[in-house]
Amino acid sequence: MLQVENISGGYDHQLIVKNVSFHVGKGEMLGILGPNGSGKSTLLKVISGILHKQSGDVLINGKPLNSYSSKELAKKMAVLPQLHSHAFSHTVRDTIALGRYPHQSGLFSSWSNEDEAAVALAMKQMGIERYEHHLLDLLSGGEQQRVFVAQALAQQAPILLLDEPTNHLDIAHQKQLLDTIKTQANENEMTIISIFHDINLAALYCDRLLLMDQGEVKAIGEPHEVVMKSQIETVYKARISTNPHPERPKPQITILPDIKEERHEKLITIENFQVTDELVVFQAEHQLKTWSSAVINAGTGWYRTFVNRRVDAHYNIDNAQTEMQQFLVSRGYSETETVGMMTAVYTKDAVIKQYDGDFGSVIVMVTAGVGNAVDVAKAYEVEALPAIGTINTWIIINGELAEEAFIQAVITATEAKTKALAFEQVKDSRTGTIATGTSTDSVLVAATQQGAHIPYAGPITEVGKKIGLGVYECTVEAIQIYKKAKGWE
Amino acid sequence: MSKAMIGYILSIAALLVAIWLGVSVGSVKVPISTLWDTGADAIASNIVWKIRMPRVVLAGLVGASLAIAGAAFQGLLKNPLADPYTLGVSSGASVGAVTTLFFGISVPFLGIFTLPVFSMIGALVTMLAVISFAKLVDRAMKMETIILTGIIFSSFLGSVISLMIALTGEELRQIISWLLGSVSMRGWSFVQMALPFVFIGTLLLWVNRRELNAMLFGEERAQHLGVNVKKRKMMILIGGSMLTGTAVAVSGTIGFVGLVVPHMTRLLFGSDNRHVLPLSFINGASLLIICDLVSRTIIAPTELPIGVITAFIGAPVFAFIFFRQRKKGGI
Repeated sequence: MLQVENISGGYDHQLIVKNVSFHVGKGEMLGILGPNGSGKSTLLKVISGILHKQSGDVLINGKPLNSYSSKELAKKMAVLPQLHSHAFSHTVRDTIALGRYPHQSGLFSSWSNEDEAAVALAMKQMGIERYEHHLLDLLSGGEQQRVFVAQALAQQAPILLLDEPTNHLDIAHQKQLLDTIKTQANENEMTIISIFHDINLAALYCDRLLLMDQGEVKAIGEPHEVVMKSQIETVYKARISTNPHPERPKPQITILPDIKEERHEKLITIENFQVTDELVVFQAEHQLKTWSSAVINAGTGWYRTFVNRRVDAHYNIDNAQTEMQQFLVSRGYSETETVGMMTAVYTKDAVIKQYDGDFGSVIVMVTAGVGNAVDVAKAYEVEALPAIGTINTWIIINGELAEEAFIQAVITATEAKTKALAFEQVKDSRTGTIATGTSTDSVLVAATQQGAHIPYAGPITEVGKKIGLGVYECTVEAIQIYKKAKGWE
Repeated sequence: MSKAMIGYILSIAALLVAIWLGVSVGSVKVPISTLWDTGADAIASNIVWKIRMPRVVLAGLVGASLAIAGAAFQGLLKNPLADPYTLGVSSGASVGAVTTLFFGISVPFLGIFTLPVFSMIGALVTMLAVISFAKLVDRAMKMETIILTGIIFSSFLGSVISLMIALTGEELRQIISWLLGSVSMRGWSFVQMALPFVFIGTLLLWVNRRELNAMLFGEERAQHLGVNVKKRKMMILIGGSMLTGTAVAVSGTIGFVGLVVPHMTRLLFGSDNRHVLPLSFINGASLLIICDLVSRTIIAPTELPIGVITAFIGAPVFAFIFFRQRKKGGI
């Protein structure tokens, strides 16, 4: 649809865009990224014919740009520039109607039904019908931006060039605008080239990205090929980390600030625990990076308080999440800073131990009820899930854990737990075999992210050894307490 | 009924009233019916056909030309204060006209059109010079930059005219009164001289009415919308200069018409150039007919130069627009 071949261009004698080549197919959305002054807008101006290129070619449908007349070109390509200026007061409708200019011809150029439909559709797509008769200069910046996008859409050109279309827009309107544009690409096979400041939006919506650096193409490809930590950091000169989008297979970035947060390092110790008849509570001064399968605030996050709450055997689990949330709030725990688990075991029976190593230290907390023990290898034979009883394991580490170390810590802890059950000869009552855990076990790994960097936490790493030993010892002890309480021994 | 429709009806009604007053009011009251009453008094008929009517028509053409040229310049420059007078284009046209008279230039094949043609050339050259200079000073061509450039050029060109007048002595004394602007004692020949250029100039602007709308959003935006900016801009500049040159050639420098009329038109009927241009044309005609009427009756039997009346109305409007634009944060 649009081919750019080795173009160079800029202002007067200063070359700003150097030797840029790419092509965009029908229905494709290409995002242009790059730091300020990298030549994004200049590139767009050269492509749209506002600036003369010094060399190279821009081809639309295989024909060079300058073989089109102004009107023909406007029928092929609509452009939304970054800055808008306007003089005198125009109504929104009149402004959008100008988008039909290239479709009108003749001295009197009457307004056709087609023109009317295009304007109505564009207003609807941008959700600005209710401003139709308002004056443009009385609208907010974001509303004006949507009017100008509608003007470009009313042009109904198969190619759309956008320079930061989400400028001035709040997130709802950013989403609405990009959804609309993306729909144009998907359903009407519109070809879209858009400059983005926001790398995340670009990665989320575009099929391909072009990263510019000092007027040249640094990278071009699918979002995952362009939005790479090292590449973005080099071009933008800012520290970032990449992470997956929660819903779409697209990379997202997070800025990593260089300013040091003022927090005195304070080691986590057993002193941070408090045990009552109802709760095991861990509270730290600063948030810990946490990875858990808890009832409240599971997954990854930064939390300050961990609560292991005892509920009795008749607790209605259907509504557990809401009830637990209300419970935590009623006890004065912050909804957003607390991880909450439940157990049927007496909280006073919780085993909490500290293990020191060269890297820092590990504190393990285990509450174990094994009335519901399951042999995972035989679980396929078991149908119902009766009874309650669960093993909750917390592993709190003074140290800076890498992502993979969190997962390895969970594996190590689980293996240690299984070994403890075997040592204690805990059996799955239904199959008669040695159990590997219970059906509702929960685990929490938290790290202060201060002090020594811990890249791995497998069984033979320093930290893994402490986790393995700690979880094993604590679980064995907790099971023994449980057995005693139940009068099994 | 749309705002524009109402605009056309009101404006045409106002024009008819202006013509009626222009024809019938004066030192001798003449009924308008003289125009079509074949059995009318011969003296009255003479007054109407030989004196009043050409004067009204000429005033109308000049007013219409200046107003539509002003509207087009304002659109092109996105500057509500632009008009042939404030831009210095009228002065350029004056220099063209005065030069023609001073050197007694007469180009054979142009005949009676020599004066307006030279006047137009003066206007166009000045317009291009003002725009180029303003762009050189400030790429964004802010409102004030353009107006200041206009002032610089009109002052300079004004002194050129003064110099020429001083050099001629007695002969060009008449030029002074002409410079202040007047449509008196011109007769039908002047109407003839102006008519073709008014027609072509107006047509040039009118065919660019939608392009002018697009250019209000900036030249780049206009180009994106499919406007051949270079060509259209030139057409508008030529059309506007043609109209200004013609108006100056037949009536001298009459200021502010091109400022007041489009401004009022926009205020009342909206700023869509498809309507601003024709409505300014009609209302410009009405305004100048009325101003001319006032100029010859207010201190009769002495006649005031018409430019005095238009400046009297125009300068406060200029101040008002400037004030409002600055309040809005300028352009």
